[in-house]
Amino acid sequence: MAKLLMKGAEAIGEAAIRAGCLAYFAYPITPQSEVAEYLAKRLPEVGGTFVQAESEVAASQMVYGAAGAGVRVFTSSSSPGVSLMAEAMSYMSGSELPAVFVNIVRAGPGLGGILPSQSDYNQATRGAGHGDYHFMILAPATVQELVDWMIKAFPLSEKYMNPVMIMGDGLIAQMMEPVDFDSVKAEDIIEVESWATTGAKGRKRNLINSLFLDPLKLEEFNHKLAAKYQRMAEEDVYYEKYLMDDEPALIAVAYGTTARIVKTAIDVLRAEGMKIGLFRPISLFPFPKVELREESAKDHVRGFSVVEMSNGQMLDDVKWATLERKPVGFFSRNGGIVPNPEETIDFLRKEYERTGA
Amino acid sequence: MKTIFERPDSMTEKVTHYCPGCTHGVAHRLVAEVVDELGIKDRTVGFAPVGCSVLIYEYMDTDYQQAAHGRAPACATGTKRVRPDLMVYTYQGDGDLASIGTAEIIHAANRGEKITVVFINNAIYGMTGGQMAPTTMPGQRTTTSPMGRDTGSVGFPVRVSEMLSTLATPMYVVRASLHSPYNIIQAKKAVRKAFQYQLDGTCFSFVELLSTCPTNWGITPTGSNKWLEENMLPYYPLGVFRTPEDDLK
Ligand SMILES: Cc1ncc(C[n+]2csc(CCOP(=O)(O)OP(=O)(O)O)c2C)c(N)n1
Ligand code: SF4
Ligand SMILES: [Mg+2]
Repeated sequence: MAKLLMKGAEAIGEAAIRAGCLAYFAYPITPQSEVAEYLAKRLPEVGGTFVQAESEVAASQMVYGAAGAGVRVFTSSSSPGVSLMAEAMSYMSGSELPAVFVNIVRAGPGLGGILPSQSDYNQATRGAGHGDYHFMILAPATVQELVDWMIKAFPLSEKYMNPVMIMGDGLIAQMMEPVDFDSVKAEDIIEVESWATTGAKGRKRNLINSLFLDPLKLEEFNHKLAAKYQRMAEEDVYYEKYLMDDEPALIAVAYGTTARIVKTAIDVLRAEGMKIGLFRPISLFPFPKVELREESAKDHVRGFSVVEMSNGQMLDDVKWATLERKPVGFFSRNGGIVPNPEETIDFLRKEYERTGA
Repeated sequence: MKTIFERPDSMTEKVTHYCPGCTHGVAHRLVAEVVDELGIKDRTVGFAPVGCSVLIYEYMDTDYQQAAHGRAPACATGTKRVRPDLMVYTYQGDGDLASIGTAEIIHAANRGEKITVVFINNAIYGMTGGQMAPTTMPGQRTTTSPMGRDTGSVGFPVRVSEMLSTLATPMYVVRASLHSPYNIIQAKKAVRKAFQYQLDGTCFSFVELLSTCPTNWGITPTGSNKWLEENMLPYYPLGVFRTPEDDLK
């Protein structure tokens, strides 16, 4: 199909429909209210359901109810709204329900600002709500990737019976880029009668529940979740390696919007003869630990340089993954400021020199 | 031999965990009888609250989801909107519905969600050990109002049925009580009517059932029925507050 020029937020809505998701519940919040505005118009055209909820608490609980009934469903919000969804996130993980959440991250804490940020990394990867659980977290860097991962997120959430979160920022949501909605193939939802509350017709009743009064049973369930996250780490780790084939001396690590800036910076420094590559995690949970650890063991790699729009949240994961075998440098802009190419170039040049590469 | 009394088909054989004299079990039975009578067992999805009745899903032999504290009306909205042919109801206590879940119940009612809400008002937080609820009576002693509810500092009991009745959206709102056989029969009629409105796709339906909590009230079961009658009935008048027929006139 021909490419369409589309704003990221609207592309999220259209991609969900292409993925076969016809239910969306949300509460408006900048910088992604256009998802709701788009779907308020578009879903009725395809026989879908949109309810503007009274809060993000309610929107996410509507997602819980609809997911329990065995249909594809999603919600989207931005940081302060996602904080309010923590309760439903925990319940849905505990009830093993598939669904997709989108967080278009804005700068915090508190009301913070509306501009792009990556300061919800810890909240996303560690689980915003209570209990020992994780969402799968996917961080696209372009509008096309946003569309592709939206379409893949639904079957992934059903594969694991676990919610998946797409994490972007205001830049991706507000930017217009050409997109192809057929670049990945949509997959149908598999049978739901065995677990969903669709009415117990001709079968035993189904129960959607996260209450275990017997601690041994709850421990067993916690172990089951741990095994599920382990399986994610074995089967569904995603990342991109950019200019990593010629034994680079320095590896930059960045995701989402920041990775795009870092690529530009690397191109400039490469032209000056500096061998720098980019490792871009796409699945933030499961984190590409094994792959980064492998890189850290290579002799030609002299250091890692993390660039983030936060005070250093993914930084901790990079240190853990690389065992700090090589120095890990860090550069960040915060508060809604996207690092510009010049300061990123300066940082990476200094890093390159510092590590003696 | 003719059977004159048996377990409703929509209930499991599990023995309930409720305290002696607690009316949660009575309310469960009324709901199950109505589900049987309307022949909707295989298309009903209930939403359990957080409260003493959290385990209602163990007793009801239909599909069930367990909701977070107060959120059942939002969850039920999600299910009903994507599967309108299902009969969807919530079962909620007064802490659940009238305190932590105030926003969810008001907005589900105001949107006119075609769901049914069974609201158990026992004037207390039963499950957590008898703390004050928004519905606790003036002067009533609870573990968090040891000197009796002081309306000067915590306000008066919330009348949820009356509050919902101020909304313009057509709906069925009724308050009944479970403190005597006569009232239980009336309560059953209210529950049945509420489910019928949903079955007909007419409107949001809400049944408040005045209930007892002998354990946390610190009164015997029969004394509790009397306490309810003397203290709750004057403040929480029984009757139909709204019908869609009146609303749509
Ligand atoms: C978010 C949250 N806050 C508090 C609790 C603790 N809690 C459990 S039940 C309950 C009160 C229930 O009272 P009510 O809804 O009146 O039900 P009853 O037990 O009286 O039937 C509370 C406060 C909880 N489970 N979750
Ligand atoms: S504590 Fe009160 S509400 Fe709970 S089961 Fe006992 S009597 Fe019923
Ligand atoms: Mg109560």
